[in-house]
Amino acid sequence: MSHQYCAVLVAIGLLVAAGCGRSSEGIRMEGSDTMVNVAQAWAEKYHETHPEAVVQVLGGGSGVGIASLIDGNCDMANASRKMEDREIQRLKAKRGVEAKEHVAGHDALAVYVHKDNPLDTISLEELAEIYGEGGKIGKWSQLGVDSKVLATDEITRVSRQNSSGTYAYFREAVLGKGRDYKLGSIDQSGSKDVVALVANTPGAIGYSGMGYATPGVKMLRISKHKGEAGIAPTIENAKNEKYPITRPLWIYSAGEPEGQAKAFLDWILAPEGQKVVLDLGYVPVGEHAK
Amino acid sequence: MLERLIRLWQLRAAVLRWLRRGWHLFVDRVVEPVMECAIRICGWSAILFIFAILFFVLWIAAPMLFGGLDLVEFFTSENWRPTSAVRPQFGILALLLGTLSVTALAMLLAVPLGLGAAVYVSEFSSGKLKETLKVLIELLAAIPSVVWGFVGMMVMGPIIIHFTGAPVGVNLLNGGVILALMSVPIIVSVGEDALKAVPDSYREAALSLGAGRWEMVYRVLFPAAKNGLLAAVLLGVGRAIGETMAVLMATGHAIQIPHSLLDPIRTLTATIAAELGETVEGDAHYRVLFVIGLVLFAVTFVVNLAADLVVKGIRSERTS
Repeated sequence: MSHQYCAVLVAIGLLVAAGCGRSSEGIRMEGSDTMVNVAQAWAEKYHETHPEAVVQVLGGGSGVGIASLIDGNCDMANASRKMEDREIQRLKAKRGVEAKEHVAGHDALAVYVHKDNPLDTISLEELAEIYGEGGKIGKWSQLGVDSKVLATDEITRVSRQNSSGTYAYFREAVLGKGRDYKLGSIDQSGSKDVVALVANTPGAIGYSGMGYATPGVKMLRISKHKGEAGIAPTIENAKNEKYPITRPLWIYSAGEPEGQAKAFLDWILAPEGQKVVLDLGYVPVGEHAK
Repeated sequence: MLERLIRLWQLRAAVLRWLRRGWHLFVDRVVEPVMECAIRICGWSAILFIFAILFFVLWIAAPMLFGGLDLVEFFTSENWRPTSAVRPQFGILALLLGTLSVTALAMLLAVPLGLGAAVYVSEFSSGKLKETLKVLIELLAAIPSVVWGFVGMMVMGPIIIHFTGAPVGVNLLNGGVILALMSVPIIVSVGEDALKAVPDSYREAALSLGAGRWEMVYRVLFPAAKNGLLAAVLLGVGRAIGETMAVLMATGHAIQIPHSLLDPIRTLTATIAAELGETVEGDAHYRVLFVIGLVLFAVTFVVNLAADLVVKGIRSERTS
């Protein structure tokens, strides 16, 4: 007798749980931690002029957003890395549509040091020797920095967790294809955390989005080769592609977006949305980048 | 007229009787079994959850665990490069040693402090002071781990740099101190219970034989409560191994085998927390993180089982 009741109770519990799974309608955008600030700003600005549209923004990471897009739990996935082939395949298998890629802006990765660090310019080759597997630079004196100023000669490398889009992009752009990071770097889980740690640590060097600069840190100029003039990470230099470490910020949708989602995406790519990109320290896309 | 009234009254009484019987029937047949079963579900749910979690973790880890993953490399290599474009490597030696070293350091600090505090609270304090201390220690246990991590990063870090000249303030020492502070409340409350369980006749006998209070604690109470105290320590160890957020923030999260107290390290828990969010679902990396979850599951299971057996040891000793 009581077993039947148990079954009924459990069934009711499951039904209630299943009912809670679906959230209300609206535009759902999920993904990259790098882009979560700008996505939130888009949502707020868009809601001001389009009060009928409700945009939900979730972070969690590029991989999370893409997985969510594949499962149909969001309309658009933000990604600071390209969608991988197998993810595109899975989207096609599960929802029967192609992934559509949109570039919503660019992010210039700045190389940060402590504000008291006298270093001004660093070359990509030197960065590769600091961060790369088997690299020979581990002391500030090797870069010509007087260790007395920093109270330590040791270069403390600050990096990102290995599943982040920023980590993968920096590896490709700075270390080159086929080279791994040197182990033992301090791996932070957020763009902001990298800058915060560098600001607290005189001997540190780190990379993060240009928009995350604070008064405690200094952005280095980057040169392609040692001895050349360095290029400062500015919107201007990133736009005309002089600055060497700039990457696109992607928005993926399952097929062409429709209805509300399409209107929102069009707005993001239009001057209003691109102004938000600029305001948050990222680089707007091509023709709107005035 | 009167007859009709009487019949109406009788009818009312009949309806009431019928309703009452129905209600009793309802309680007996429906409410009782439902309540009984609800309570049974509550009781069984703990077991259900443990097995559900174990099954879930195993389910995702299995394809990698029973094929694809080189277990020798997994346990003996320090190269944790799950997302390498050249050759992904899954070696957790550095992470395992990170977890063990920070736990060992935390226990080295927390055990004397925790047991000392337990002895003080149980034996040497009384009245208001005792109550206040107990409340404050419980409060210490209620501080969220992210707040501890914050303290490690923002307060301990600069202090460590200032006094040791270390290049970076988030490291093994920082994580160990933070973890020690987090485990102390558990050691104190379980340890105090163990001391309280020692019958007063032991204390009286010791004192009447001319023992000092310290001698009484050291020679009589510690041996008498040794199982409970060991259980307190093991529960503290379990807490330290499983902690994630605070160590993620305070240890520096750097993959290397620690050679000194001032080296940044990385733990198993923090690795899962930091990396799982952005892995591709179903990927080798994703699954290996679940294998790490199994390793943690095994370690904490062994520690908890040991604590449990030890506690059981006390009970049977007392009844015999």
